[in-house]
Amino acid sequence: MSEEKVISVKDLTKQFGSFTAVDHITFDVYKGEIFGFLGANGAGKTTAMRMLCGLSFPTSGRATVAGLDLFKEAEVIKRRIGYMSQKFSLYEDLAVKENIRFYGGIYGLTDRQIKTKMEYLLHQLKLEDKANTLVRSLPLGWKQKLSFSVAMLHEPQIVFLDEPTGGVDPITRREFWNLIYQAAAGGTTVFVTTHYMDEAEYCNRVSIMVDGRVDALGSPDELKRQFHAEDMGQVFLQLARKAVRSAD
Amino acid sequence: MKAVVVNSVAKTFKAEKAVVTALHDVSFEAAQGELFGLIGPDGAGKTTLFRILTTLMIADKGTASVDGFDVVKDFKEIRKRVGYMPGRFSLYQDLTVSENLAFFATLFNTSIEENYDLVKGIYSQIERFKDRKAGALSGGMKQKLALSCALIHRPSVLFLDEPTTGVDAVSRKEFWELLRDLQKQNITIVVSTPYMDEASLCDRVALIQEGRILDIDSPTGITKKFGKTLWAFKADDMYKLMMDLEAMPEVRSCFPFGSEHHVLFNDPNQSTDAIVKKLNYVNLSVQKIEPSIEDCFMDLMRSK
Amino acid sequence: MKQFIYFIRKEFYHLWRDPRTMFILFGMPLMQILIFGFALTNEVKNTRIAILDNAKDDASRAIIHELEASRYFDVQEDVRSNADLEPAFRTGKIKMAVVFPDRFQDELLHANKAPIQLIGDATDPNVANTLTYYASAIILDYQENLKGREQIPYTINTEMRMLYNPQMKGSYNFVPGVMAMVLMLVCAMMTSISIVREKELGTMEVILVSPIIPIRVVIAKMVPYFLLSTVNIASILLLSVFVLDVPIQGNLVLLVAECLLFTVTVLALGLLISSAADSQQTAMLISLMGLFLPTVMLSGFMFPVENMPIPLQVISNIVPAKWFYYIVKNVMIKGLGFTYVWKETLILVGMTAFFMTVSIKKFKTRLE
Repeated sequence: MSEEKVISVKDLTKQFGSFTAVDHITFDVYKGEIFGFLGANGAGKTTAMRMLCGLSFPTSGRATVAGLDLFKEAEVIKRRIGYMSQKFSLYEDLAVKENIRFYGGIYGLTDRQIKTKMEYLLHQLKLEDKANTLVRSLPLGWKQKLSFSVAMLHEPQIVFLDEPTGGVDPITRREFWNLIYQAAAGGTTVFVTTHYMDEAEYCNRVSIMVDGRVDALGSPDELKRQFHAEDMGQVFLQLARKAVRSAD
Repeated sequence: MKAVVVNSVAKTFKAEKAVVTALHDVSFEAAQGELFGLIGPDGAGKTTLFRILTTLMIADKGTASVDGFDVVKDFKEIRKRVGYMPGRFSLYQDLTVSENLAFFATLFNTSIEENYDLVKGIYSQIERFKDRKAGALSGGMKQKLALSCALIHRPSVLFLDEPTTGVDAVSRKEFWELLRDLQKQNITIVVSTPYMDEASLCDRVALIQEGRILDIDSPTGITKKFGKTLWAFKADDMYKLMMDLEAMPEVRSCFPFGSEHHVLFNDPNQSTDAIVKKLNYVNLSVQKIEPSIEDCFMDLMRSK
Repeated sequence: MKQFIYFIRKEFYHLWRDPRTMFILFGMPLMQILIFGFALTNEVKNTRIAILDNAKDDASRAIIHELEASRYFDVQEDVRSNADLEPAFRTGKIKMAVVFPDRFQDELLHANKAPIQLIGDATDPNVANTLTYYASAIILDYQENLKGREQIPYTINTEMRMLYNPQMKGSYNFVPGVMAMVLMLVCAMMTSISIVREKELGTMEVILVSPIIPIRVVIAKMVPYFLLSTVNIASILLLSVFVLDVPIQGNLVLLVAECLLFTVTVLALGLLISSAADSQQTAMLISLMGLFLPTVMLSGFMFPVENMPIPLQVISNIVPAKWFYYIVKNVMIKGLGFTYVWKETLILVGMTAFFMTVSIKKFKTRLE
């Protein structure tokens, strides 16, 4: 984990009418870090992440992502980041190969680059004999891993993962985290949200959002010490219980 | 009489050029008043099994009964006495909380007042929203409403299909506390969940993966059956540690578990001192631990 | 640029792999061109007419000969006297009558002027117009031929008389048609969507696992639309009478009863659609393509069915709206009683029974 900041957020706020979804959050994320972004449903996690991906316009505050200003250069940012969510990333009625080719093209890769990446990907995920299978027919775990790899096709600086391991079996979950580790070791910064508290421990640092604010920020060890907790699950429960919004 | 009996049930689906076997040969029983958990990831077959038990689908092979009634022949009887909470939130989003509850009560030819004592514990938590439309409730509140609606006719067996999925950790905990309270009313509860840690909250569980049952027992029974010595390894650089351990021939499996790695050795009498020496780490802690349901699940997955 | 091309390619994949979309893109336009091109026409051909020849002289016979030879008309031989005319119009046997006065040729030769009366069935004013126009053209032709040889200004006056709708108001035709369309939309489409929505949302699952008899669920869904339809029928009729000046000639009770019958028929259709559709979109598509469009095209209110090619005429028989349109036209505009529409009523009843039986049989008490 280096000292170079790839994401820098200051007083970032998002309001929907009179409702403040994200309330002046401030934090930095360093290059090569695995940054866990936690929070209860309704805490503002998804809204915050969408802003950082350039999918939603902040109401106020400042942020730079991949060295670019979030307000002024949102379009350029999109080329330097990758995104994967649990609900969707791949087209179910297209084959594995077709998805890879499509996203490669969208991300601006040359034909040769796509070819090389495709071979590498299919080999690494052991999907060679399933290259022409429709994604719809793949088991869930393989879909997730493929989604992640596709999000990384264009070698982004930062990859945003929105609950990537939901509902997946425990072994595949860990295989998935292997991919995350490899990406981080290769210099890609990973910004991940998850509901699995044990996964929070795999992160270099974790932030926990409550009622639109970042109420905790630090490495898992630091947070456990700070909240006198045995594991991240307990840290989370302590914070989430205080929440006003999620009790609604 | 057993509340739920499943005997060699199999079910296959044909969907768009693909044949999917949802259940291969599934058998289990749940006793009356038991809190029975069906633990497994997406695609394990949990929802299909529930649909067969609630008479919404017919199995290709095998038999099943609920409260002594056959799911195929006596489905009308089962539909009178069973409570069902399917995977998605199955409430009327544009009806209010109290309207939803009233509707389900009358659907079962009863009224809210008749069985109010049963749902009071749950309903009181959402009562202040009784005039709010169900669609405007938070995930946790919707869950509680759905549970109330499933209980309002005093069912003898309650089927809850992944009630805690998509809901935050605090609500999850509260929900399971509600279930334990319900058990005292002698209602049999069959719950499915992908969360391994929720297994320990059940009386007995069936671990299910890809349409097959890996094991059935009480949570402690399952962990006791593990039979192997499990070690927890901890170091400063956990990723490096995992790579190193995986590379070692003595290691059978090494899986990250939060802040520690759970390691199994090929040799049951493997000395950890030798391993520690080999690794030669600065800060390394090794501890023998008891396996969790998740450890057992993963081990069973690998051996099948 | 590459991005763009890749995106286009992906969109093509989605297209090929969805048979439903392919059908809409290729099947539908083809069908519509064929139907609109060949079948639907405002042109009239072989329409049944009657000729009352009170003169029986050379002139009348000459004109009659032309009329008989024309492809537009199909002369009904058995309508011979004035008394025959009224019932023939009433039962729809003829759409027009050509009446020659008894001293036609005499008057023509001596006074150089003779009348011919054209009586038209104006419940469908467009058709009536066309028919009388064709007939007038033939008569004019004869007149010109006559003149041509002798240079005498012979004039044959065609006197028009329009039955049932003397002012030739288009609305007479449209009111029954609109009623059919509205009921079709509200009842069939909305009912089917409502049932399918329950399936889509997942609430149907929960309802099935309860003691309620599934058919009651379905009937409960139909009742609001039935009541709504009665309001619609009432407002359409009120508007027709008081705003559009379309009178209700026949028995109001009979008219309303027939409308309610049609409502039930269409509700049953909606039920049938819902058992075949698995998503609200599909239900809407089937309702629009499979019901609404045929209703508009084949019920006879926009394009006369008699002039369509035989296959389409046969198909139009299974469109409930066709029978309804016939009934409403006859009761409301022509003022006929039940004895004239009992056959068509029976057909509607039969259709209703059929749809209901099939849907109830197909209604899934299970999820698959």
